[in-house]
Parts: sequence; structure tokens; C-alpha cells
Amino acid sequence: MLLETALDVQPVDLMAARMQMALSLGWHIVIACFGVGMPAITVLAEWRGYRTGDPNYALLARRWAKAMGVLFAVGAVSGTILSFEMGLLWPGLMGVYGEVIGLPFTLEGIAFFIEAIFLGIYLYAWDRLSPRLHLLSAVPVLVAGVASAFFVVTANAWMQQPTGFDEENGRIISVDPAAAMFNPATPSQSVHMILAAFMVAGFGMASVYAVALLRGRRDRYHTLGFLLPFAVAALVTPVQIGVGDWSAHFVADNQPVKLAAMEGIFETQSGVPLHIGGVVIDDEMQYALEIPYGLSLLAHFDPNAEIMGLNEVPQDEWPPVNLVHLAFQAMVGAGFALLALSAWLAVVWKRHKALPRTAWFLRGACVSGVLAVLALEAGWVVTEVGRQPWIVFGVLRTSDAVNPAPGLLYGFLLVTVVYAALTVATVYVLRRLARDIPIPVAPQESDVSGYRIT
Amino acid sequence: MPLAEILLAAMWICLTAYALFGGADFGGGFWDLVAGRTEAGRPQRNLIEHSIGPIWEANHVWLIFVIVLAWTGMPSVFAAISSTLYIPLTLAALGIIARGSAFAFRKVSTEVWQQRLFGATFAASSVVTPFFLGTVAGALASGRVPPGIAAGHPVWSWVNPTSMASGLFAIGTTAYLAAAYLTQDARRVGDPVLVSAFRSRALVAGAVMGVLAVAELIVLSRDAPQLFRELTAGKAWPFAVTSAAAGVLSLVLMWRRQFLAVRLSAALAVTALLWGWGVGQYPEILPGATVADVASTRSVLSANLIAIVIAGLLVIPSLWWLYALFQRDQRDAGAPRHE
Repeated sequence: MLLETALDVQPVDLMAARMQMALSLGWHIVIACFGVGMPAITVLAEWRGYRTGDPNYALLARRWAKAMGVLFAVGAVSGTILSFEMGLLWPGLMGVYGEVIGLPFTLEGIAFFIEAIFLGIYLYAWDRLSPRLHLLSAVPVLVAGVASAFFVVTANAWMQQPTGFDEENGRIISVDPAAAMFNPATPSQSVHMILAAFMVAGFGMASVYAVALLRGRRDRYHTLGFLLPFAVAALVTPVQIGVGDWSAHFVADNQPVKLAAMEGIFETQSGVPLHIGGVVIDDEMQYALEIPYGLSLLAHFDPNAEIMGLNEVPQDEWPPVNLVHLAFQAMVGAGFALLALSAWLAVVWKRHKALPRTAWFLRGACVSGVLAVLALEAGWVVTEVGRQPWIVFGVLRTSDAVNPAPGLLYGFLLVTVVYAALTVATVYVLRRLARDIPIPVAPQESDVSGYRIT
Repeated sequence: MPLAEILLAAMWICLTAYALFGGADFGGGFWDLVAGRTEAGRPQRNLIEHSIGPIWEANHVWLIFVIVLAWTGMPSVFAAISSTLYIPLTLAALGIIARGSAFAFRKVSTEVWQQRLFGATFAASSVVTPFFLGTVAGALASGRVPPGIAAGHPVWSWVNPTSMASGLFAIGTTAYLAAAYLTQDARRVGDPVLVSAFRSRALVAGAVMGVLAVAELIVLSRDAPQLFRELTAGKAWPFAVTSAAAGVLSLVLMWRRQFLAVRLSAALAVTALLWGWGVGQYPEILPGATVADVASTRSVLSANLIAIVIAGLLVIPSLWWLYALFQRDQRDAGAPRHE
């Protein structure tokens, strides 16, 4: 009643809105992964230090805590912008469906609150609490971090599989908030995302120490700094590949158009091969390595299973095929590379109780963080771009959700400049932190008046 | 009381908390900005940083609740506000980014040029952000955001007398709150020079606020007559009177160095003002749209109210611990402090 349908939105403004959302969400998602995974790894180090008395663990924990303070601040503000942007960019979505997906965001708000409060305590009260209580103060941070990832992903999963509401003439008449939250896409998508967060944080942190090891600083401090986060990420990786398979089956069953785009399938057929690599030219997959019956087998456990092609839906309902296909290839490729790296370490460790000696392993480990971020971003592109042109799958088109106000392009340009500056500053500060010696007792507090005067 | 009103009240409580706690953090940035040159301003900057460091992120979360409850409880209103006012809201959002990250960056910076750069970014965005949020409040208070997506004017909806006055008023409020809070913090740290510095700043800010309040009322009387009537003669007048009285009381208490009591009276002045606005505008949220018109379905309202109760049970004791932990004098905690 109160909502007018989107007026004539300029294509350039729709694209600007999508790019702005992609930029701010794609940026936040990386930082948020550290917010989910890093506290667990840091607390693991602190706990080991507490148990073994090894000062290296304690030093690592303090250094990571300090970086966590920076990352959490940046994550908190870049996440806040997203809640603004939900309305600034997509009022057509929020104006109607805001109430349907409101509950997970309220719960996410609670989780974020708990995380912010206890992180404040964990980072600043290092010398005000007993070691045991200090360690315990991090537990709510861990739980809340995982919980907020879960809640946010349920809202995204709802956009893939909208359930739990009835609509009449563009107005919501009844909502089942729990059904909307626990929609069919929630289980596989949320588990996939949470594991991805641990991989990004673990491999990302390990990369920093892999660089130091490669440069010859092979002391216990750097070895532990590498091993602890790498081991966490390495343990998660094979599980993640299994969960990825689960996710892919879900997409095959529920979003066949997305699967068709992921694999570049244009005609519905049975016994479909798996495409590795390749690029789509004139609605045909070219230069791909084909594994006969592969896709049918993977998607439906049957070499002759039928796979729906893009020809089944009108062309204006196709997602951008090449982008989705390449992103999917990148995600899978990066995931298997990380698996190989993890297996390499596991085999050598089992035999020699030491790191692999070759520099190639460490070189791989140096880029493992980049690979994990690549897999994360690519996977997110598959999920989100693969859903286009729908913002709510099968219910609302992105072009009908966008803010019809003029000038979104300028907003996007401004946001791009701010994020570029933010990226430069964040990277610079984190690099400085990594070299900062010595680490004070309380990573945040005691340095307040310790600034050099000149 | 119907569910929609309860959710609206919960949202307004979150808005009040954001104004009181987050607002004071913004005000810290204001005083950081005017603290003087690098060396001269260092003690003040250190106090500000020390006071807000552990708590600003928690204080900031109230804003998220306001936004989320808005789209959950009255989605069409959220859509109308954010689509019409996307310019000031985008600028406020960017200000929030610049402010929070620059504060964290400065905290870990060791070189003066970095501290200057990040400090200036933090301080400037602390002033700019409340201004834009204030213009948004002014746009709503003067009825310039009609229902419907992007139905209001993208510029004149927030560039107008009420919005400009409210933007300045918002900056003044944050500065005044921060000065009032920081005076007590300075006393706790045991620094008489800082105490008197922030005391005189609070007195000046309080006096300026008095002038701004009168100016705001004059602007409202011409630009938003309906709200003006409610605030002066209608159902909201007790709030307006309370706010003014608490403001005057704060100045007296500040003069008499009752710094702890000032915190309460200053908070009361701001709280009464916000609730006066809310009560004055109720039941119309946007022109021609009452709460009943825009409220979400019952199941959504009740599910979210349950979530809010859970939030209260989890968050309030945690917040209490956080504040108590850092309000306690460091010297009492037994740890030697940076000598």
C-alpha cells in the first residue's frame, strides 16, 4: 500500500548499486571471517601458554589479540554500513520483506553485542583479570562470532530459498519467522560459511609466519605461530570439501539454473560431463576439460542423470554464465590446492614430527591465506551472482528492489574511494603491527601513554 | 499496549542508549578535534582514548538495533526513510567507517604523523557523523519523508532549516555529553588540570546547548509547526520542560563540581528530549502513516520482542561488567600502571 514499485531505474544505477553492495559486502566478509576464526585460534594459543608455560604461546596470543582489536573495529564498522545499505540500495527488498528476515538480524544484533562487550573485556582487561577468568572472557566472543555468522547466513539463505511467508498484492499478510530463518538452504549454506571463516582466518594467520619461516626465522616462536593456525585450517579443509559437495547437491536439486550456470550447461541432457576450466563463447562451453558423466554423477549420484540446461528458462532469467562458471572453478581449485597443502603437512608431520623441509611447501603456505580468501570470494560470487537476476529467488527481481533515487553511481564512486583508503590503511597498520616489538603486557591498555613523544 | 507500540518503544530505548553512550563517544571525537596541537593536546587525547577505547564498539551496537528493529517492525517506513534520505545516510555511514577504523588505527600507531592522520580522521568524522544523523532526524521531525520508496526530495528533504538546526544540535549534544562524562573520568584518573579543562568545556558546551535549544525551537515553530505545538502545548510538553530543567540543573551541578550527578542530569536532558520528540510525533511515523498502518504482522513483532527480552537478559549484565571493569580505578586493581 505504502510502497510504489520501482520507477525507471537507470541501468547504470542498478549496476552501481550492485557493485557498491558487492564491494562493501565482499570487503566485510573477509574481515568478518577473521572475526569468527581468529578469537578461537588466539584463545587456543593463550590456553596452551597457560597450560605449558611456554612464553612463545603467550606472546603469540598477545600479538594476535592486538591485531584482532584492529580487525574487529574495522569489521564492526564495515558491517554497520551493510545494514544501512540494505535500505539505501535495496528499499524494494527491505520495504516488503524486511519483516520476514528481521528475526535473524535481531539475533545477529544480540550476538554482535555480546561479541563487542566481551572483546572489549578480553582485549583491555588482560591485566585486570586472573589468567583463568581472562581466558573464559573470550568464550562468549567465540560463541557469538560463530552465532552471528550463522544468523546472517540464514538471511542470505532465505534469499536463495524464500519460505515462511504469505503475500497478497505485494503485501505480506502472514509470516512464520522461524520457518523463514530455518529455510531449506540454511543448513548447508551456514555450515559452509562458518568453515570458510575458519579456513580464511587459519590460513591467513599462518601465511604471515610462513613468510617469516621462508626468510629463515625458524625459531620456535615462528614455527608455533605457523603451525597452530595452519593446523586448525588444515583440519577444517577436508570437512569443508565434503560440505561443499553437500551445498552443490542442494543447488542441483533446488536452484538448477544456478547449477547450469556454474557448469555452463545450455541444453537439458542426461549423462552430462563435468567441465573443468573453459569459457563460454556464443552459448557454448569452449576449451574445457571434460570428464564424461562427471556432473551427472556428482550432482545426482547417477552417471545418466538428467541435468537441466539454461534453455529451460527465458534468457532474461539467466545469471551471468561466465562469471559464475569461473568463480566456481576458482573456488573448487583453491579448495583442492589447500587440501593438498594440508595433506602434505600431515604426511610429513606423521613421519618426521617436523615441517616439510622443502621451500616449496612454505611458498605454498605463504599463499594459502590468499587462496582461502580467493575461495571465499569466489564461492560468494557463485552464491550471489548465480542467484541473479533475482534478489529473492523466484520472488523479486534485483531491478525491482533497487533504490530508484537518482545518483546512485556517485554514491558508489564515493564508497569506492573510502574503501580504497580503508584497505590501504588496514593493510599498512597490520603490517606495522606484525613487526611491532616488544608486545606490552596488556595488548591494548598499557600502551595508551607509551607513545613516543617525538 | 499493542505489540507494535512495544517494539517501537524498544527501538526508541535503543536510540536513546545510542545517543547517550555512542553519542558521548562521538563527543569524545569532538573534543579530540579541538584539543589543540599535538603536544598540547596529548593529555586530553590520551584521556579520551583511554575512556572510550574498551567500550565504543559495544556502544555502537545500539545503532544496529535501531536499524534492524526499524526494518523488522515497520519495513515500509525503513524503506521510505533510507531511500529518500540516502545521501545523508550514506555520508553518516561513511563517517562511521572512517571514525571507528581510524580510532583503532591510531590506537596501535606509534609514529606521530600516523597518530595525527588517524586522529584527525577520527575526530573530524566524529563531528560530521552526528551532523548527518541529526539532519535525518530533522527530516523526519519536519515531515519531509513521505511514505513510499524515494518519494521525498533527495536533497531538500534533508537540506532545510529543521535538518540543519538538528544537525548542529546533534553535534552539540554529543560534545556536551562527552565533556560531562570526561570530567568525571579525569577526576578518577586524578588529573586536576584535565578536570578543570573539561569542566570549563562542559560549561561552555552546556551554555551553547541552551542557545541551540532555543534556536531549534524557533526553527521548529516555523518549519515544523505541528511538532512545535506538541512540544510546547501538546502531549510532549512535560518532556520538553524536563529536558530544559535537567539541562539547567546540569550546568549548576557542573559549576559546583558534582561530576557524578552531572552525568545523570545530562543524560536525563538528552533522554527527555528524544522521548519528547517521539511522543510529540506519535502516532504518525511518516506524514499520513500511523504506527498501525505500517506495523509488521503480529508473529514478527512477537518473535522479535521475545528476542529483545533475551537480548536484555544477556546484554545488560554483560554491559554492566564491562563498564564496571573499566570505571574501577586502575590503581585499585593492583597492577602497576605505565610509569
